[in-house]
Amino acid sequence: MMHNKWEDTPFKSPMARARGHGSSHSGVHHWIRQKITAAANIPLTLWAVWAALTLGAAGADHAYVVGFFMNPVNAIMMVLFLLSVFYHAALGLQVVIEDYVHHETVKMFSLVGMQLAIFMLTVASVFSVLKLAI
Amino acid sequence: MPTKPLERPLSPHLQVWKWTLTMAMSILHRASGIALSVGTLMLVWMLVSAATSPDAYECFKSFATSAIGQIMLFGWTGALFFHLCSGFRHLLMDAGYLLTIPQAERAAKIIFIVSIALTLAVWGMLKTFQGDM
Repeated sequence: MMHNKWEDTPFKSPMARARGHGSSHSGVHHWIRQKITAAANIPLTLWAVWAALTLGAAGADHAYVVGFFMNPVNAIMMVLFLLSVFYHAALGLQVVIEDYVHHETVKMFSLVGMQLAIFMLTVASVFSVLKLAI
Repeated sequence: MPTKPLERPLSPHLQVWKWTLTMAMSILHRASGIALSVGTLMLVWMLVSAATSPDAYECFKSFATSAIGQIMLFGWTGALFFHLCSGFRHLLMDAGYLLTIPQAERAAKIIFIVSIALTLAVWGMLKTFQGDM
């Protein structure tokens, strides 16, 4: 005769056991976005290192920085870098918070606060690049 | 209806394990990711100040070129190259490569060497170019 594990606990429906276990079917989506932004970050980071070297080598005075971002290619690459990096950071920090913050209320406020902060930084930096570029 | 969570086995705490190279890689990948996230504040400060005014930008620049600013940027560069190399290894592992312990340990050593070399190379180039100015 087949033995179901949930039968070990009387008065517990299979659904009740399933609620305490198992996948919520949202992990794969998160994981794939983490990996796609990771792959995108490789060329974008190499570009950003080149950009930092170019700006740093020229002494990085204000006029030079403005001129650098007036080149549309540089502005576009910087916006792509910011979007990909901040998205990747939000996904990564989400996992860190979920792993280490166990108090439900603190966890919820940490997650929402982190995501709002990342969103604010993204908007501020992207807007700044666009303002310099135009 | 809220139910009491089931008693499930917990994963052993970090401190009960003998340290291994692969374990250090995992922790450093996460630590460098957190450090990089915090470090983006410098980048945002640079971009926002540059878009605000030359004076605001000079304020950023005087911090970035100060001793503490340079140490932070150097650390950020190190974290960046480590996370980049280690992340590349993660993508390879996702594709099914480098999964045996000897391969993982060899990859870890290569990542340490390459990320240190790239960090020193970039700062060497930066200081050399600045010297030419």
